[in-house]
Amino acid sequence: MSTDLLSTFESSLAGVATAHTTTAAAFAETLTGIVEAPALGTPLPYDGVTLDDTGVETEFSPSDLEAASTGVTAASVGIADYGTVTIPSGSAGEELVSLYTPTHVAVVAASDVVAGMPEAYDRLGEEFEAGRDTQILATGASATADMGTLVQGVHGPHETHVVILEDR
Amino acid sequence: MSSRREKAAELRRLMETDGEAVGEHTRTVNQLSDYAITQFEDYEACREAARGIKERAIENLPELIDTVQEAVEANGGQVHIAQTAADANRIVESIMDARDAEKLVKSKSMTTEEIEVNDHLEDAGYEVRETDLGEFVIQVADEAPSHLIGPAMHKSPEDIAALFNREFDLDEELTGDPHQLTEFARERVGAHIRDADVGMTGANFVVAESGTLMLVTNEGNARKTAVTPDTHIAVTGVEKLVPSLADLQPFTELISRTGTGQDITSYVSLLTPPVDTPVPDFEADEFGDADDREFHLVLLDNGRMGMREDEDLRETLYCIRCGACSNTCANFQSVGGHAFGGDTYTGGIGTGWEAGVHSLDSAGEMNDLCTGCSRCVPKCPVKIDIPWVNTVVRDRVNRSGDADDFDFLVEGLTPDEEPAGLDLQKRFFGNVETFAKVGSLAPELANAVAQSRPGGWLLERVAGVDSRRDLPELATETLREWYGARGSQVTDAERDVVLYPDLYTDYFDPERGKAAVRVLEALDVRVHIPEVPESGRAPLSQGMIETAREQARAVHGSLVDHIDRGRDVVVVEPSDAAMFREDYSHLLPEQSHERLAEHSYEILEYVYGLLDNGADADALAAGDGASVAYHSHCQQRTLGLAEYTEEVLDDAGFDVRTSDVECCGMAGSFGYKSEYYEVSVDVGDHLRDDLGDVDGERLVASGTSCQEQLGVLYERDTPHPVELLSPR
Ligand code: SF4
Repeated sequence: MSTDLLSTFESSLAGVATAHTTTAAAFAETLTGIVEAPALGTPLPYDGVTLDDTGVETEFSPSDLEAASTGVTAASVGIADYGTVTIPSGSAGEELVSLYTPTHVAVVAASDVVAGMPEAYDRLGEEFEAGRDTQILATGASATADMGTLVQGVHGPHETHVVILEDR
Repeated sequence: MSSRREKAAELRRLMETDGEAVGEHTRTVNQLSDYAITQFEDYEACREAARGIKERAIENLPELIDTVQEAVEANGGQVHIAQTAADANRIVESIMDARDAEKLVKSKSMTTEEIEVNDHLEDAGYEVRETDLGEFVIQVADEAPSHLIGPAMHKSPEDIAALFNREFDLDEELTGDPHQLTEFARERVGAHIRDADVGMTGANFVVAESGTLMLVTNEGNARKTAVTPDTHIAVTGVEKLVPSLADLQPFTELISRTGTGQDITSYVSLLTPPVDTPVPDFEADEFGDADDREFHLVLLDNGRMGMREDEDLRETLYCIRCGACSNTCANFQSVGGHAFGGDTYTGGIGTGWEAGVHSLDSAGEMNDLCTGCSRCVPKCPVKIDIPWVNTVVRDRVNRSGDADDFDFLVEGLTPDEEPAGLDLQKRFFGNVETFAKVGSLAPELANAVAQSRPGGWLLERVAGVDSRRDLPELATETLREWYGARGSQVTDAERDVVLYPDLYTDYFDPERGKAAVRVLEALDVRVHIPEVPESGRAPLSQGMIETAREQARAVHGSLVDHIDRGRDVVVVEPSDAAMFREDYSHLLPEQSHERLAEHSYEILEYVYGLLDNGADADALAAGDGASVAYHSHCQQRTLGLAEYTEEVLDDAGFDVRTSDVECCGMAGSFGYKSEYYEVSVDVGDHLRDDLGDVDGERLVASGTSCQEQLGVLYERDTPHPVELLSPR
């Protein structure tokens, strides 16, 4: 992971989401500083990183989903040029958590950040091969201009955060 | 005639109701998109790749259909092929029925507009709710979308507030605050999504290999629609298929840059349904098993396979419906998609779609609003030659017309290949050369007749020439007569060129031709001005392709001899330069076109080249810091030629400023036609707003029609820039 790539990613994120760079050890602390209760999340696939002790619930019902303020899910790829993260869907309800909650927090490993869209599609090709064949390229908050001016937070989150795990 | 008046009235009405909101929105988006494109280094490479992918995909469409069928079935979904809109509706209804469904939520999709699925399902007793906020507004208002990607673009926030206040029983009236309106619509729509039985989406692309749908949205409603109910139906045209996931990459980078001016939209969803997401049942407050999910892909033909076989319409299938061609179109900016639209599709590429999936009648309704200015061409992410598609459709519309009463007046003016029933107005403008030739035998008389009341009446009655526009006056001496009498004044020529005596320069405005001759001679170039026919631009704009082709052949025949002798062709009128460079590719054999294209230059492009090669700029008139307001020509901008004029004027010491609007709105015959006169005035108003006050400045324009329009707007003479440089 080159620092160049990471700083490009961070500056692209600056326009669309709040970026937080942290480590596995400091993850819980970083996350607690971001989430607003009630918070929901889906299991994270990074060694040494869990949602335990962060106040983020991984068991939830549809009404919990509707009531939650924050949702935390993993991202499989970060795209430096765009400030985009790809969110794989899965049986834990990743798609719903990342879409229904007003604040979405995506957690990405720094080693999964790639330069641009061609590289991202190479990675997505591998991901799809491995069976993770539904992924959302998410860039910032949901938005609409249909009512005359740009309004954020339409059907999806109005606030997004990206937590970059530097040592993963 | 009365239909001409009705058309004018309809356009006037739409300019009043929709014009302001559409204009504001499209112009803003167009500027954002210009900027997003200039910031994107890979733009041209991505366009090339995108076009190549589409060309191959359409070529291999039958195989892709088989492939996607296998892939979707392997994933656990079903594929249905619908030949017609009625088939598609039947399929959708049977899915609703089999699922015991009552309510369907929809995300935005033009294909479902095309089949009018809402009407069909509602008639069958189902509830259908749009979830895209723009579509929601349109549904509440019971109107048709006015733009490919901004369906409610023609409504201001105040209009929307008034609509909601009227249609819903509200405790407190809504104001025109966009945040409040969005929140209100979001809540209504959210509730519908939560208790719908079926979600319907379109698809921007479908990956054949994996059965993956790509949905491009900002709001997130498409995702919610697709994954909240347990049944997902995607309805999409067969042309959306691409072979593999990797093929999506250039489109991911292009679609929003050209369409909305964003680098990327909030969500580019790659869904491979049925998805693994558990099914939320908000009422029972529990999650259902993802295994219960059903997915149906309805692939719609509805004329597309026929378009694929159609040499000229095939390109339309490459369209990714980004809407850029509408945003960039000066006429669309004024009238919007309710005027510049057919049964479903709107804007520049809309006529190609309508001709392919509905009828020539539907395409004909809007086709004349494309003036062929070509400003949409560099914006199209798949490089579709939109003006050509429109010209072809116009030609077909011409051929579908009935012979009319005035035919006897113009018999013999057009080649046999043109249909007898061709609209008289089109014949008149398509044959301007004949009128100019006849008229120039006695120019004073011809001018007097054209300007007399009976003459004006006849022109309006027969040819639809608006009497509010002054027709250009014939000069008493043509450019060729002048030059024939004067002869070349260069003794020791560095080069020889042919100055193409375009119709307008020759018959109506020889002064700009004389200036071009003087400028070239001052730079040691010997000029030849042979007799060459009109380029074919006039008939081409009227959709008279065969007439244009005959003229192109004749022009090529007369010029090629000069080119063989080592002479370049220099063109004053930018639309004719574009004719030689671009349009002739459709009219002449490839080699003939390439030869002519390679050896023809727009006048100031040629002068720029001469100066760049060491010609003495001091031989030209000096600007001495004089301030110049310059409006370049739309086709000149598309071809990247406008910069040469700016550079040359700048080098000669003029202080140049330019206009940024897309087009002056005259586009040759456009503003003369009575049904479009008011649109041309409206478009012209924006040019005047953009260019502002020109007092104390020289006002110049490269194109004939722009000169005419500016002449009317500023009530002063608008010469060609070459006239500023003429040494005498
Ligand atoms: S023709 Fe080109 S510019 Fe127009 S909507 Fe289609 S893809 Fe976009």
